[in-house]
Formats: sequence, C-alpha cells, structure tokens
Amino acid sequence: MEIPYTVEPRPDTGLYNAKLGIWLFLASEVMLFGALFSTYILLRTGNPNWVQHPMDVPLATLNTMLLISSSVTVVLAWAGLRLKNFAQFRKYGILTLLLAGGFMVIKGFEYSAEFSAGLFPWTDNYMAVYFTMTGLHGLHIVGGMVVIAYLLGPGAKMWETEPERFTNRIEVFGLYWHFVDLVWIFLFPSLYLL
Amino acid sequence: MSVPEETSVESHGHADHGHGEHHEESFIRKYIFSQDHKVIGIQYGLTSLCFLMFGFCLMILMRWQLASPGSAIPWIGNFLGQANAPGGIMLPEFYNQLGAMHGTIMVFLAVVPMIVGAFGNYVVPLQIGAPDMAFPKLNMASYWVYFVGGVIMLVSFFLPGGAANSGWTSYAPLSVIATMGQTAWLIGMVFLITSSLLGSMNIIVTIFQLRAPGMTWMRLPYMVWSQLVTSFLLLLAFPPLEAAGILQLMDRVVGTSFFMPSGLYVSGEVLEYAGGGSVLLWQHLFWFLAHPEVYVLVLPAFGIISEIIANNTRKPLWGYKALVYSGIFLGFMSFIVWAHHMFMTGMGTVISAFFQTTTMIISIPSVVILTALLISLWGGSIRFNTPMLFALAFLPMFGIGGLTGLPLGLAPTDIHLHDTYYVIGHFHYVVAPGTIFGIFAGIYYWFPKITGRQMSETLGKLHFVFSLIFINGIFFPMFLQGLAGVSRRLYDGGMQYSHAAPVLHWNAFMSYAAFGLLAAQLFFIVNFFNSIFRGPKAADNPWDATTLDMAATTSPPMGHGNFEVVPTVYRGPYEYSPPGAEDSFLPQHVAPKEA
Amino acid sequence: MLGFLQNWLPVNASEHGPMIDQMNALVHWLMFVLFVGWALYFVFVLFRFRASANPRASYEGAKSHVSQYVEIGVAVVEVVILVFFAIPAWAVWVDPVVDPDNTFEVRVVAEQFAWNVHYHGPDGVFGATNIDLITPTNPMGLDRTDPYAVDDVTAINQLHMPLGADVTVLLSSKDVIHSFALPQMRVKQDSVPGLLIPLHFKPTMVTPPESRFPACNADKTCWEIACAQLCGLGHYRMRGFYTVMEPDEFDVWMAEQVAAVMPQQPAAEDAEAPAEDGDVQAGDDGDEGEH
Ligand code: HEA
Ligand code: HEA
Ligand code: CUA
Ligand SMILES: [Cu+2]
Repeated sequence: MEIPYTVEPRPDTGLYNAKLGIWLFLASEVMLFGALFSTYILLRTGNPNWVQHPMDVPLATLNTMLLISSSVTVVLAWAGLRLKNFAQFRKYGILTLLLAGGFMVIKGFEYSAEFSAGLFPWTDNYMAVYFTMTGLHGLHIVGGMVVIAYLLGPGAKMWETEPERFTNRIEVFGLYWHFVDLVWIFLFPSLYLL
Repeated sequence: MSVPEETSVESHGHADHGHGEHHEESFIRKYIFSQDHKVIGIQYGLTSLCFLMFGFCLMILMRWQLASPGSAIPWIGNFLGQANAPGGIMLPEFYNQLGAMHGTIMVFLAVVPMIVGAFGNYVVPLQIGAPDMAFPKLNMASYWVYFVGGVIMLVSFFLPGGAANSGWTSYAPLSVIATMGQTAWLIGMVFLITSSLLGSMNIIVTIFQLRAPGMTWMRLPYMVWSQLVTSFLLLLAFPPLEAAGILQLMDRVVGTSFFMPSGLYVSGEVLEYAGGGSVLLWQHLFWFLAHPEVYVLVLPAFGIISEIIANNTRKPLWGYKALVYSGIFLGFMSFIVWAHHMFMTGMGTVISAFFQTTTMIISIPSVVILTALLISLWGGSIRFNTPMLFALAFLPMFGIGGLTGLPLGLAPTDIHLHDTYYVIGHFHYVVAPGTIFGIFAGIYYWFPKITGRQMSETLGKLHFVFSLIFINGIFFPMFLQGLAGVSRRLYDGGMQYSHAAPVLHWNAFMSYAAFGLLAAQLFFIVNFFNSIFRGPKAADNPWDATTLDMAATTSPPMGHGNFEVVPTVYRGPYEYSPPGAEDSFLPQHVAPKEA
Repeated sequence: MLGFLQNWLPVNASEHGPMIDQMNALVHWLMFVLFVGWALYFVFVLFRFRASANPRASYEGAKSHVSQYVEIGVAVVEVVILVFFAIPAWAVWVDPVVDPDNTFEVRVVAEQFAWNVHYHGPDGVFGATNIDLITPTNPMGLDRTDPYAVDDVTAINQLHMPLGADVTVLLSSKDVIHSFALPQMRVKQDSVPGLLIPLHFKPTMVTPPESRFPACNADKTCWEIACAQLCGLGHYRMRGFYTVMEPDEFDVWMAEQVAAVMPQQPAAEDAEAPAEDGDVQAGDDGDEGEH
C-alpha cells in the first residue's frame, strides 16, 4: 500500500500531505520567531538604558528589495512548472538562488562593518538581539538555498518521473520562502528603523 | 467489502507491491534505518524504556543519599568517580546533576518519546486505517534526531564538571554561569525539540490526511484525539523553548546577556556581562513550553486508558463527545496558565488573578474527562486483566495528583507550598502512578499486537500490585513534608532545617519504597523479555476489541503496509455490547448486515 | 480539616498566616470530598459491575445527570474560592494596608549561600551600597562614607524584627535566584537578581527562647530562613535564622547594634568590620558565604 494524497489533494481537507505539513511547520516557526520578537520587545521596554546603534539602512533596504524579488521569482519558477515549462522554472529558480546569495553577501558586508566598528553580540542587548535574530534568519536563508539548489540540481530528476509531485515540492518550497521573506519584513523595520 | 474509494487507493500501491516481493530489504534498512512506522515505534519504545530505567536509577542514587545523607553508596558508589562521589559518598554537585538529569530524562527522553514517539507512531496509523505515517523519511529522521539528543545528554555526564546541574528548569542566571554540562544540555534540548517538531507534524498530517474511508472525526478512537491535541501542543509550545535555548546558548557561549541583569557578583567577582537582561524572561519562555508539556505527558495517557477501559468494561465510553471537547479545550487552555509556576517571582494582583483563574478553569476539563471515564465504568462487565488494572489505578492516582494541583494553583496557598515537596508529590502523582501506569497499561495492552505473543497475566498482576503499593509509599509522604515546608532539591533531604525535623523520618521510608518499586520492576522485565521469545501465541484480536489496530490487522501487523485491504469504517470506535447483536462487540470495519 | 493539616504545618506566627492556612484547609476540604466521593463510587462500581456479577454490559451505561451536577459543583466552589478568597488575599499580600507609624523596613540581599541583612539604623535611611566595595567582611558593599550609612547595621544569616510591626523586607540578590522562605510566617518570595522586591508581613508571635539562635541549634527547633530555590551546590545549607522580639526588647537590641558600629565608639577597628560584632554573629554557615 502506498501513502495516499502525496500528490493529489484529499477532498475533505483540500490539501496534499506536504502542503499541510509545511503549514504546520510554518506555524511552529511563527512561534519560534514570535518568542524572539517578544524577547526583543520585553528587553527593550524593560531597560531604561537601551541603546539603539545606527544601522546601515540603505544596505538593508537593498536587501529587502532582493528578498522581495526572490519571493516573486520563486512564484514564477513554480508557475513555469505549472505551465510545463521547465526552462522557465530553471531560469527563475537560479535567479531565486542568486538573489538569496546576494542577500547573504550583503549581510556579510554589514556584519563585518559592524565588527570593525566594535559592535559585537556581547556589546549590549541591542546588538545581541540584532545578531541573534538576523543570524537565525540568515540560517533560514541558507537552508532555503540548499533546498532550492538541490531541487534545481539532482532533485530535478523527479520532473521526469513524477512531474506533479515535483511541482508540489516547488510550491511547498515557495511557501517556506515567502515565510522567510516575511520574517525579514518584520525584522527590517523593528531592528533598523524603530 | 469493495467500496469505490478503497480501490482507488489500492491502485496506487500496485507498482510497489510487486516490487516488494522480490526485493528483500537489508537488515539495516529494515530494523535500523527503517521508515516503517511500526519499526520506528518499537525503536522509540525500547529506547525510551531504557531511558526510563536510567532516569529511575539516577533517582535511586538520590534516594539513597536522601535516606542516609553522607553515607557511602554501597558498591555502586565505587563506580561513580572521584569527582562525583569520593569514597562512594555523593557530593552536592553530583546530587544537583542527578536531579536535573532525572527531570530532563524522565520528561524529554523517557515519557514523551514513549507516549508520543512509541504509542503515537505505532498505534495512530493503525487505528485510523493508514498504510503508514504521512512522511516516513521524516519519521525516521525524528527518531534519529531524538537518539542523538539522548546521546548528547548521556555524554554530558563525562564532561568536566559533569552534566547540567541547574534543575530541569535551568533557571538563569544559575544555568548561565553553570559548568559545561549546561551547554551540552542546551544542545541536547535543541535536538530533542527538533525531533518532537518533526514527530508532531507527522502525526497531525497523518491524522488529517490518512484516515481510512468512513473514519470521520467523531469515529476516531479517543487515543487518536489525544495524540492529535498532544501533537499540536508539541508543535506550538516547543519553539519558544527552542528560542530560549538558543538565547541561553548565546549567553553561555558568545557572552550576550539576554538573561543576565547588570551588576551580578558571583564568587567574589563582578561578572563580566554587558547586563540589561531579564532573569524572568527565561522563566516565561520555559514555562510557556513546560506547562503545555505536562499535558503532553498526560493526554496520551488519557487516550491509552480510554481504549482499555472501553474494551474491558465491554461498553462504549460514556460521554465520548465531552471527552473530545474537553481534550481540545484543555489543549487551548494549557497555553495560558504558564505563570502559575511563577507566583513567587513578585507578581502583581492583576496578573496573578488572571493566571489563578485560568488555572482553575483548566482543572475543569480534567475533571470532566476523569468523570466521564469513571462513569464509563457504570453498567460495564468489567474484566480485571493487567492492562485494565493499570488503567483503573490511573484514575484515583491521577485524581490525587490533579487535586493537589488546586492548592498550588491558588497563589495565596502556593506561598506556603511553592518549591516544597508538596509540588514534587503533586506532579509525581500525575506523571508516575499516572502517566507511567498509563504507559504500563498500554504496553500490556498492545504487546500481543506488536509481538504476536501474550504476556503472563500472573507476573503482570504481581507487577501491578507491588508497583501500586510502593509508588504510593514514595509519593504520599511528600505531601506531609511539603506541608511542613521542606524545600525541594535539598542534597541532605532537609537535615539542616529544624522545621523539617518532624517529617524527616519519612525520607528513609520513601527511599525504601523506591527501592521496592525498582525491585517490583523485575516482574515486568522478566515478563517482557520472556514473553517476546516464549510467550504463547496471541490471537489476531486478543482483547476482542473494536478498533482497527486490534481488529482489522493481523497479529503482529504484517511487515509491508498495515492492512490486507484498506479498511472501511462503518461506525464509532466503541461499539461494545450493542443491543440486538449476539457478539459482545462490533468492530469498526465490519460491514453492517444487509437488512 | 485545618486541625488535621496542622499536624504537619509549622506554627503560624504572622497576621496573614491563618488566612493562608484556612484557605488551604478549604481547598483540601474540596479535594477531600471529591476524592472520597469518587473513591466510594469507584470501589462500589468495580465490585458491582465485575464481569462475573454482570456478564452482559449495558450499552447505554449510566443515564443520570449526577455527574454534571458534580462538575458544576466543582466549578462553583472553585469560583467562590477564587473570587472571595484567593484574589482578594493576594491583593492584600502584595499591597497591604500599612500603618505608617508602625513599619519596620529591612533589606535582605541573598547570595550563594547566605542571607545578608541590612538595617537602616536610627536615621531611617539605607546607606548607599556599591558593588565595588564588596569584601568578605563587607558582603553588602556598604559605603561607610555615605552619611546615611554611618548608623547602618548589617548581619549575615541573622534577621531580627519587632513583634507586631508591619515588616517590609526589600529583597534582592547578588548572583542567582534564591527564595526567601520563613515557614512560620507563611512567607515565601523569590529574590530575583536585577529586581528589588518588597515583601510584607506582620509577625504576631515572639520567637520562643528555645527557638532563637544560638540556643536553638542543638535541639533543632529554630525559626529559620530557608532557601527554597535551587541556587547551586550549597542550596541545601543556605540557612539563616530569624527572631521576632517584643518591641522594647528589639529597641534595646537595635541600640546595641548601632552603638557597636557608630564611629564615635572608641573601638576604632570596628568601623572596618562592623557587622561581625556582638550578637549579630554570622550563623554557622556565614563563613561559607563566598563560594
Ligand atoms: C502530567 C503532568 C501534570 C498535570 C496533568 C498537572 C495538572 C495540574 N497542575 Fe501541575 N505540575 C506538573 C505536572 C502536571 N500538573 C509539574 C511537572 C510541575 C512542577 C514543575 C517543576 O517546578 O519542576 C507542576 C507544578 C504545578 C504548579 C506550580 C507549583 C509551584 O511550583 O508552586 C501548579 C500551580 O498552579 C500546578 C497546577 C496544576 C493544576 C491546577 C492541574 C490540573 O490540571 C489538575 C486537574 C485535575 C483534577 C482536579 C483531578 C480531578 C479528578 C477527580 C475529581 C477524580 C478523583 C478520582 C477518583 C477518586 C477515582 N502544577
Ligand atoms: C515524567 C516525569 C517523571 C517521572 C516519571 C518521575 C519518576 C520518579 N521520580 Fe521524579 N522528577 C521529575 C520528573 C519525573 N520523575 C522532575 C521533572 C523532577 C524535578 C527535577 C528538578 O528538581 O529539576 C523530579 C524530581 C524528583 C524528586 C525530587 C528530588 C529533589 O527535589 O531533590 C524525587 C525524589 O524522590 C523523584 C523521585 C522519582 C521517583 C521515585 C520516580 C519513580 O516513579 C520512577 C518510576 C519508574 C519506573 C517504574 C520505571 C520502570 C522502568 C522500566 C520497567 C523499564 C524496563 C526496561 C525495559 C523493559 C527495557 N523525582
Ligand atoms: Cu539560595 Cu537556594
Ligand atoms: Cu503548570
């Protein structure tokens, strides 16, 4: 017996297994980042001597653009598969990967600028929150890059055998990617602007 | 029994079927890195039983120390190492490690993996008529991540300074300035949390997606409901602890000060931290997990004993819907009571009123569940086999544990009882003669299904009687000590304190009861291994049960897949002694007779 | 029920204490009635409906609504306890009505593994403390150059207070979380590093002579400060003593202590180690304070 609803949605829930799975995973991620944001709010409001170091807003804005674009490209990649257009998937998939890579490189520049300005995680709690949250977010980006690289490379073989299932995988990846993007949309104003 | 849906699902499996017959899976694929939920369930079960025994043995060492503080531990004391027990005499450092690790191991490495990992994995897909879990690879990963987490916890005993020693609650700043074992504890916890997340996602998706045709929500066995709610608790409550663990790791390893306020002065020196952190933040994050976690420990036990009580009273559960709704309500509420563990941290009137109220509210669904189970006994034709004995004992034992939660849940009375042995007594009654008895009941109940062989009833009953006596001997006197005001986590059991003197003699009594409880487990261990190899063959439906796990599968369930044909479900889970039928039970998958 | 619980409870020697004990008794009544009621039912049912006595189970089972009444009853009792006892009692506990003429304030700073006690002396103001001034003989880091600090008295593991005063303990910690528990006062409060938490109670009974330090130590009937929160390897021996005295007795005692530390006293070396004098000896654990 094979496991049902790996590809086609189950009529009463309207979801295939992996899609429900990713929604649940994202729910737990919401709790994870929710806890971190609460920590941030609590520490900041609870500390009268809170210092907010000026951050490189232009660079971060650029990074925000990169991530938002990558959210668009990942949808286009998925749309490519829906249209049975593998080349389009490839093109936008690689673009997504590059945008994510660009984000990480810029983040790297930001980090090194902060280090050379003498700002380290142990400097104060603002820097601690900043490095922890952006670091964890960065790990999510790297994780996503590994997955999309796999789906573009060896994982793409599934397109030959089970195209529908492969399309679903990209959809699930896309949901994850949107979430990572969304986290940044919250991180950017709360760490850089407020 | 051919129903349209059934064939459509069958056709998918066709390619695989032919395949499986030719190709023998290697031993490793089949038993070690297996993706079959049944094998994974057994792996979880055996591993967590070992941890259960290990956690118990840690406590036996502690109980020796409490019974006769400062006396050498006979024989075993020689093997504990100079750093822990020079000359066999336990040091306070070591006592604290044992305490922290007993709590951690029991909760995260023994009971949760047993009750969710083993029972959830093994029983849930069978009970809902699914071929496997929804994500078999993830399932395998979840076991192995748990395994690695467990190994890290065990290895931490051998680090310089030993294992974590700041209690299972790991309150900062003590934990932040603690020895290296705490870092290992945090890393281990990150693994265990990840494992639970993978496992709980899998169980939820399985229950939502893979129910057999006809298995509607209100036909789910209560066991499945309890696992579903539990999985949601794990899924949503664990991430905040993961966040907290990451933050504490940062504090310990990188030197941030999330939990470190300014101006700490430790061991004659001012601590070098930037400061500005919040000590209570850790507690909020911890208890936000750890309170739901306690319902994770007990809800599946409710599920297990519900199955067994319905089966052995030979009648439907009374108030099935009330049970379901109470379980869900309990799950929701468990997210907003956490600060009842923190009444003594300087809480104002409004916040304490809120948490006292939610705590009283959450006791109501527990009362409803217990009441429904108790009323289910009325009118039954009760068989007293071993699983039933454990399930029945669960009721008053959980009752004692739950009822003693009430004076703790009211802030004013908690002033006197907080952090005393009363708390230890309270929660051991819910987890030990509560959940552990639930686990024993479940093992005795599903053993014939899992192994195809029967366990000895005589040994089982001996195990039950002695366990019940000894376990009460350990935990009941704790309430008396708690009323007297004896603090918990005392290396000498309260010898220093004169207010403990009137109740101090109980320490030896409790310890002897604990040794007795350990001895009583021999009945179980002998029975367990003997029956695996030499037990009499079990019938396909050994307890004349109605649920799919028992009635629709062979015994043991076949290696590939779970069912010969996809079962179709025609009725609720507990159709015992239905009026008009000559049999005492009507399995869920048996088609109704043509009228 | 209260009488029954009192077999184990320590003596009750504070104003709010009886209320806590009574509430405890009330809740234990609820627990007792529920447990015994269900236990009787349970035993009866197991006997009455055993398979041999009742070979065929009833599909319907129980039809009465008694259980609902029980559940509603439990809920009602819980609401009553909450609304009329627990919530008001807590409000009084954290924010009591204090008679301004009859207050007694003292600071307690917990550390691994000792209780540092700081009295403000006759001027009624606590002298400044400074973390950099902490030495083994000045564990509070009291700054004696501060004019307010001149008459301050400090002690280790010894807390004295007058009978009948509205006592406020200002609780804090130098290192990790401890929990300040006075069993006979029905008092417990975590001392949280980074926070200064006020704790109020009113002693209603003088510590009997045999329960006072050091007389009590031999036969173990002391009134002790217990540490209730795991704070490290010395947690089990983080024991202090407290003594409630008649107000006049207390005033005399306090005057002696102040006299011992005031600079105009001839013994000049006392100024260096003020706390280590007279009755205010460190408890038997005091010397192990720094670990
Ligand atoms: C499985 C685990 C479990 C369960 C189910 C519970 C259930 C409850 N717990 Fe408990 N609790 C713990 C595990 C659990 N707890 C642990 C581990 C700790 C300590 C952690 C630590 O500090 O280390 C703790 C600590 C703890 C505290 C903190 C105490 C302190 O530190 O000062 C409080 C306070 O409110 C509390 C309250 C409650 C309440 C009100 C319930 C309620 O949900 C209970 C409701 C149940 C009932 C009211 C029973 C009804 C039954 C009957 C009426 C039938 C009787 C039957 C017969 C006679 C047959 N618990
Ligand atoms: C699920 C949780 C759980 C469970 C089950 C237990 C079970 C037991 N616990 Fe513990 N305990 C905790 C969770 C748990 N505990 C926690 C969280 C703490 C607080 C820690 C802290 O302070 O930080 C604590 C603290 C604690 C203390 C207080 C220590 C102190 O404050 O200094 C004591 C004292 O007696 C104690 C005793 C026991 C005993 C005697 C058992 C017994 O009931 C154990 C019974 C076990 C068995 C009966 C197992 C039998 C095993 C088998 C039969 C396996 C067979 C194997 C094969 C077949 C392969 N526990
Ligand atoms: Cu201080 Cu325990
Ligand atoms: Cu709780």
